[in-house]
Amino acid sequence: MAQAKKKAAAKKPAASKTVTKATKKSVAKKPAAKKVVAKARKAPRTAVKKGASNKGPSNATLKSLHLKMLRIRRFEERAGKLMEDGKVPGALHLYVGQEAVASGVMQHLSNEDWITSTHRGHGHLVAKGGEFKPMFAELFGRSTGYCNGKGGSMHISNMDLGMLGANGIVGGGPPIAMGAAFSNQFKGNKNVSIAFFGDGASNEGSVHEAANMAALYKLPCVFVCENNGYGEYTPQSGHQAIVDVADRASGYGMPGVICDGMDVMAVYEAAGEAIERARSGGGPTLLECKTYRYYDHVGIRGMGLTYRTDEEVEAWKKKDAINSFEKRLIQLGVMSRKQLDDLDAKIGEELEEAIVYASDSPYPTPGQLLEDVYYVKGA
Amino acid sequence: MSEAKKPEPRVLPYVLAINEGIRTVLREQDDSFIAGEDVAAAGSVYGYCGGLLDEFGSRRVIDTPISEKGIMGLGVGASATGCRPIIDLMFMDFLGECMDEVANQMAKMRFMFGGKATLPVTVLTMGGAGGGMAAQHSQSLEAWLAHLPGMKVVMPSDAYDAKGMIISACRDDNPVFVVLNKQSLAMSMEVPEESYEVPIGEAIVRKQGTDLTIVAFGRMVHEALDAAEQLKEVGLNVEVIDARSVQPFDTATVVTSIKKTHRALIVHEAVKFGGIGGEITAQIQEEAFDYLDAPIMRVAAPFSPVPFSPALEKLYIPNAAGIVAKVKETLEL
Ligand SMILES: Cc1ncc(C[n+]2csc(CCOP(=O)(O)OP(=O)(O)O)c2C)c(N)n1
Ligand SMILES: [Mg+2]
Repeated sequence: MAQAKKKAAAKKPAASKTVTKATKKSVAKKPAAKKVVAKARKAPRTAVKKGASNKGPSNATLKSLHLKMLRIRRFEERAGKLMEDGKVPGALHLYVGQEAVASGVMQHLSNEDWITSTHRGHGHLVAKGGEFKPMFAELFGRSTGYCNGKGGSMHISNMDLGMLGANGIVGGGPPIAMGAAFSNQFKGNKNVSIAFFGDGASNEGSVHEAANMAALYKLPCVFVCENNGYGEYTPQSGHQAIVDVADRASGYGMPGVICDGMDVMAVYEAAGEAIERARSGGGPTLLECKTYRYYDHVGIRGMGLTYRTDEEVEAWKKKDAINSFEKRLIQLGVMSRKQLDDLDAKIGEELEEAIVYASDSPYPTPGQLLEDVYYVKGA
Repeated sequence: MSEAKKPEPRVLPYVLAINEGIRTVLREQDDSFIAGEDVAAAGSVYGYCGGLLDEFGSRRVIDTPISEKGIMGLGVGASATGCRPIIDLMFMDFLGECMDEVANQMAKMRFMFGGKATLPVTVLTMGGAGGGMAAQHSQSLEAWLAHLPGMKVVMPSDAYDAKGMIISACRDDNPVFVVLNKQSLAMSMEVPEESYEVPIGEAIVRKQGTDLTIVAFGRMVHEALDAAEQLKEVGLNVEVIDARSVQPFDTATVVTSIKKTHRALIVHEAVKFGGIGGEITAQIQEEAFDYLDAPIMRVAAPFSPVPFSPALEKLYIPNAAGIVAKVKETLEL
């Protein structure tokens, strides 16, 4: 193992090269770095403006975006700590660093819109309206959890909120999101579905098949690739020959859009356009958000890893989505530092309450083991 | 590692025995390489590929994208054309992603081609529950594979067998799945440094006994041996057979044992319905019906996906206590 690690370190230049480039790109185009990289030949073209649009979102929207991000961050920090303390069984893949993506996308969705998530799924659920109590209860394996404790972190889901599950299978989500989009089109409603997936997942055949079908049937679906530069311990340069996953969009016949995934407004705008297109019958979009996970693939430890440098992590943290957005909220007079701190404290209290609730909750009963394997009429 | 004090028996954990098995093969066979997700730079998520990249270089120790269809196809295509690939499928559950390459290509190609193609490919994969990894990272799907004519499937229960079976599998000119167990990674025992084979298709009697024969698969062998110890205390002497190979299955060793004990209990971690235990039961009664003094019994997982909650996962996984109870039931005690 030690030898393997040495080798991983030696491989680093390639890794940091890729990520540095992404960093530079997103830093250069400050507030809403976004470009259409590929247009489908016949798919309707997005009118993408440079920078944030004039008619900005309301203060309520800004606050809501911030609240989502902060709730995710604090939930994940706490969950990670609990895992390290041995209170949560299994493995947690934490979303810290990527909050802007889930928040910016979910701001446009109602409970009637579907999403599919990934193994790194807590953030998507929180942004979709997931409550701390049943979420922690699920992570603790208690019967009060969203899945009665039977799914855990990797399968956490809530149908009422339009959340079709985290997924233990990389690339498992996109075909399901495509199916949900088909269902929306079939029923003639205006709901959309969003498939979240990683840069690593973009190499699964399932993702290509789902994207092709969504484009072919012009389904109300948005494929959101959260490119955090790594699939487990392999840098993007070690798993695909391209830098921008959005390049693949033209091959599917849908627009491809890249945005700065560390800027919640950039995500909000790019996602808004893609979702609007999907809702209005314009078909799917591949939206790539350049982002970064601060922690390790599993658990908390983010620094001192063999497969990436601490400098790289620091560089991304400088662009932290929550920090920069809070500065902006203060500048715009939307919220004061004091209000932000109070909100943070309130979230903290809510978390502690939820953890007590979860740890006081009962485990599923032995009888529940064989429940819900099948749908049983009248049960 | 290589300079251990000579006379002392060398003890290795399962995880390092796997490593040594792969290493031995890569040293012995120039046409071998190992490919899989995070096997090279990271040394595999389980650590069993540690150091391989350093010793053999990136031509033979290959990190792949997360593309199981592609990875398994690589194994099929490369083995049919002169290589001896070792393919690493991180979790057995991911078979779902590549079952066509496994079931319709790898297993059948030689037959379909009238014997003109040979596929010396070995797939290493990891099964088993117990770590709170939930429904998609905990399954025991060996029956899926054993159902495929053309496929061989082994389940090493300890470090010695892990190394020896990997070597045998890689020397075999057929596709072989080596189904490893993630709860066994730290289990240590004496493992010879030299190259050796553990024959594919041969079960082994782990404990002699006279009252009942337990046939166990993979990690369940240890639960069965535990149960055998507990049963000694109540005056019962059971025989424990480690099946080791699922396909081909060593019916002869099992039947010989049953002719002595007249009772049989099959133990596996996979779901009971459609599990390999049903097949073994049928084979025993076809070949040794007249020797049986009791119905053949099974201890296996209930018919449910693997639950996440530790409270349920504990109930789900077959254990020594359950085996003891079932043995007593079989003996009408
Ligand atoms: C089909 C499948 N293959 C492999 C894995 C193991 N695995 C879990 S997460 C992961 C990396 C995923 O990378 P990416 O899609 O970029 O998501 P990220 O972890 O970066 O959020 C891998 C290989 C899996 N869970 N499912
Ligand atoms: Mg990634």
